[in-house]
Amino acid sequence: MAQPLDFVLDVPETPGDQGQEPSPYDESEVHDSFHQLIQEQSRWVAEEGLELQQREPGDPGRGHETLLGPEGAPVHSMATLRILASMPSRTIGRSRGAIISQYYNRTVRLRRRSGRPLLGDVVTRSARPSLRLYDLELDPMAQEEEEKRNLLVKELQGLSAAQRDHMLRGMPLSLGEKRGLREKSQTPHGKRRGQPGRGGLFSCCSRLRYACVLALHSLGLALLSGLHALTPWRYALKRIGGQFGSSVLSYFLFLKTLVAFNALLLLPLLAFVVGVQAAFPPDPGPGPRPTCTGLEFLTGAGCFTHTVMYYGYYSNATLNQPCGQPLEGGQCRPRAGGLPYNMPLAYLFTVGVAFFITCITLVYSMAHAFGESYRVGSTSGVHAITVFCSWDYKVTQKRASRLQHDNIRTRLKELLAEWQLRQSTRSLCGRLQQAAVLGLVWLLCLGTVSGCAAAVHAFSEFVIQGPVAAGQEVALLALPVVVCLLNLGAPYLYRGLAALEPQDSPVLEVYVAICRNLVLKMVILGVLCYHWLGRRVGALQDQCWEDFVGQELYRFVVLDFLFTLLDTLFGELAWRVISEKKTKTRRKPEFDIARNVLELIYGQTLTWLGVLFSPLLPAVQIVKLLLLFQVKKTSLLANCQAPRRPWLSSHMSTVFLSLLCFPSFLGAAVFLCYAVWQVKPSSMCGPFRSLDTMYRAGTAWVRHLEAAGPRLSWLPWVHRHLVENTFFIFLLSALLLAVIYFNIQVVRGQRKVICLLKEQISHEGEDKIFLINKLHSIYEKKERKEGEERSRAGSTQEAAPLALLAEEGDTW
Amino acid sequence: MGGSGSRLSKELLAEYQDLTFLTKQEILLQFAFLCPHSPPCWHQSTDPPWRWHCDLLPQVCGPHPANPFKERICRVFSTSPTRDSLSFEDFLDLLSVFSDTATPDIKSHYAFRIFDFDDDGTLNREDLSRLVNCLTGEGEDTRLSVSEMKQLVDNILEESDIDRDGTINLSEFQHVISRSPDFASSFKIVL
Repeated sequence: MAQPLDFVLDVPETPGDQGQEPSPYDESEVHDSFHQLIQEQSRWVAEEGLELQQREPGDPGRGHETLLGPEGAPVHSMATLRILASMPSRTIGRSRGAIISQYYNRTVRLRRRSGRPLLGDVVTRSARPSLRLYDLELDPMAQEEEEKRNLLVKELQGLSAAQRDHMLRGMPLSLGEKRGLREKSQTPHGKRRGQPGRGGLFSCCSRLRYACVLALHSLGLALLSGLHALTPWRYALKRIGGQFGSSVLSYFLFLKTLVAFNALLLLPLLAFVVGVQAAFPPDPGPGPRPTCTGLEFLTGAGCFTHTVMYYGYYSNATLNQPCGQPLEGGQCRPRAGGLPYNMPLAYLFTVGVAFFITCITLVYSMAHAFGESYRVGSTSGVHAITVFCSWDYKVTQKRASRLQHDNIRTRLKELLAEWQLRQSTRSLCGRLQQAAVLGLVWLLCLGTVSGCAAAVHAFSEFVIQGPVAAGQEVALLALPVVVCLLNLGAPYLYRGLAALEPQDSPVLEVYVAICRNLVLKMVILGVLCYHWLGRRVGALQDQCWEDFVGQELYRFVVLDFLFTLLDTLFGELAWRVISEKKTKTRRKPEFDIARNVLELIYGQTLTWLGVLFSPLLPAVQIVKLLLLFQVKKTSLLANCQAPRRPWLSSHMSTVFLSLLCFPSFLGAAVFLCYAVWQVKPSSMCGPFRSLDTMYRAGTAWVRHLEAAGPRLSWLPWVHRHLVENTFFIFLLSALLLAVIYFNIQVVRGQRKVICLLKEQISHEGEDKIFLINKLHSIYEKKERKEGEERSRAGSTQEAAPLALLAEEGDTW
Repeated sequence: MGGSGSRLSKELLAEYQDLTFLTKQEILLQFAFLCPHSPPCWHQSTDPPWRWHCDLLPQVCGPHPANPFKERICRVFSTSPTRDSLSFEDFLDLLSVFSDTATPDIKSHYAFRIFDFDDDGTLNREDLSRLVNCLTGEGEDTRLSVSEMKQLVDNILEESDIDRDGTINLSEFQHVISRSPDFASSFKIVL
């Protein structure tokens, strides 16, 4: 920002030009290339003189398909070229007048749609008679531009200020012209401004409505700009995007999203569970408090055990009132001025509501991302889309842009190769062979998964059978370390196996790799969940098993972070140092997006699994994510290069969010439901210690409400008929399925309509080619006739070409 | 930010904000960056006569050719007769079209103009070939072979030329672009 710039001043010679609007496109002459062509043609005619060759009589209707074939531009006469140049489909892309008339039509449609009656028809009153008959968009005459601009200005005056600005902002004109239009449409013009009483109440209401909308809009803008300045890591993200492109950036954006989700989960827990219990600490239990060694940060046990961090600390009574004996759903007489707080109920409801809010937010963001990234018919047209949309303008560094060139070239070559492959059909033998190899590789992968699952199961059984002595807490770390090592090693194995597969589509390869890694992680987590809820509960009957499970999950989260750090260190830093020292080419290691994202999802799943047993686990996860951001960013900028296979960044965020929702959140929700509904809580600690299941706290409260009186009787009714009765849920599911089916049919119908419209347009195109060829043949005949006449009349050499040109100019 | 001579008036700033997709902070940032403290940029409150040559503008062009379309971008947005220099308003136009909040409609319109190398209102085979060459790199060894280029251009026309006239006009281009959700996020310059 501080570097001085040398400016080359282009101060205009004549100060009088300041007042005129700059005009990039001058419509009174044909554009450059055709102008050149016409000059050449006229020069050729002047040189050749009267020597016109005898052309064979052309068949006018012959081969309208071949004349404008794909081979190259045909040779048309100058007049035909001039007509072609002024065709509306070509002028809309470059001429100002066409843009103005297009936006005039849009403004008219907008005004008609907004429902206000037109005070007199603008077109019929002020336009010339000829304009009433033709659509302005098709009218290419240059001298109409001033007329069109005036019409547009009149239309803009009829709109409100916000709508007018919105319209002007969306117009592809230069800023100077927009300012001119705005100035003209702001001056009070004619009778329209001077009639505020027209419409009376209606216009007053609509003005009020627009004023409200404007105020909200400006408030929204102010908030957005404030938020924009406040967004954390903005500079870091911009730097990463500029150097590595959108695909690597999406990983960091996903990390930011996860921080937001964890914060959303943490806030209700802090407010309603942790904060309240911290304000009313329970009596410390018998026995000495364990001293704090440094190992607590790794194991989560030791002096962290009897704190707000774990389930066991929370009382099962109603807080803030002196109770003699804690009854089930304790109802003592409240102290004057105090608010009784039923801790078990608060714990259950807060966890349930936090999960529900997370679910809704997750499903909503997934649907939003899906809506943005999926288009009807987006799988076709991949060559055009790659060529038009793949250059990332955010990239500012030279090295990164060279990498982008390489990536695009590779992608284009791959697309062409895929297309060639699809054109050539493979033999049956080749396809069978391919299927066999694919099946074998999948079998090996699934075998690896089952092997890992069996190993984890065996090790966990071994750990259960050997009880942990009081001082040997390091042994608690054994299971997490084994699981982390398996999670680290298996992806490398999968990468090796994937090298055996036939590589048809590189994008599919990446998705398949993600799928396999995800299956491995979810199966291992499933085995661990069985180990905790199935076996640990039985093994720790007379102790606080929930505390133990909470501590296990804490250990998993922390060790996962440590192993990620180690992986970054050795996978990226060491590899870069080695490759720089040993190999000649300075090839930095790639940033593996898929593996990193799966690690994030795995960590988040662990957090969601552990929330019930350790309410502060989301806070640990937030700290971990913040540290991870800094570490990954530093390592990326120092050690890595962008991936050679560029992903489609919009699809990626959809894929990440769906993976977060479906296997990850759904699994955690199932685990939570099972723990709440089916497992017996331990009888010596926690808020549910005297109940059969955690859910009984809720049902007990509902029974209590029933007995309380008729005022709140709707709540037990709702509970009995909507929550416990499954008919309502079936009804809801049936309605949802019906809506989904309806939407599928609508999309199918739209696809059919698109096909039919495309056919219609291609038929119109054939008509156009036919007419152009007809035009061309007519001109040929005319030229030939005139040439013959001229040669018969024997006029001078100079006059002939000029007369020919003059005639052509006159007729068009 | 400097003397009173080198500051944007409030009305002008509000007008720029209303007519472009940029916020006030972004406009002021660019103004502070482009206009030196002395001599003053603005003679009066009307349009400044100052123009910058295309090669000297950062973020898009700059001395390092990170963007292969920089000449086309400058040509498209320039309002000078020689089409090689940008005024401050042209530069605001440019940033507005490339900003986060610009509509896909206006982005696709300007993208079409940028890709139209011969300014004839359509993308014909030569335009597409030049576009692909810009994308793949400048060197001789980085270009696609002749047969690959022909095949690629054929495929592109097959996919996007609906009326089969051998060229892609604005509507067809916008139709192709609307099918790609990546376009809006890649056609962006971050300030």
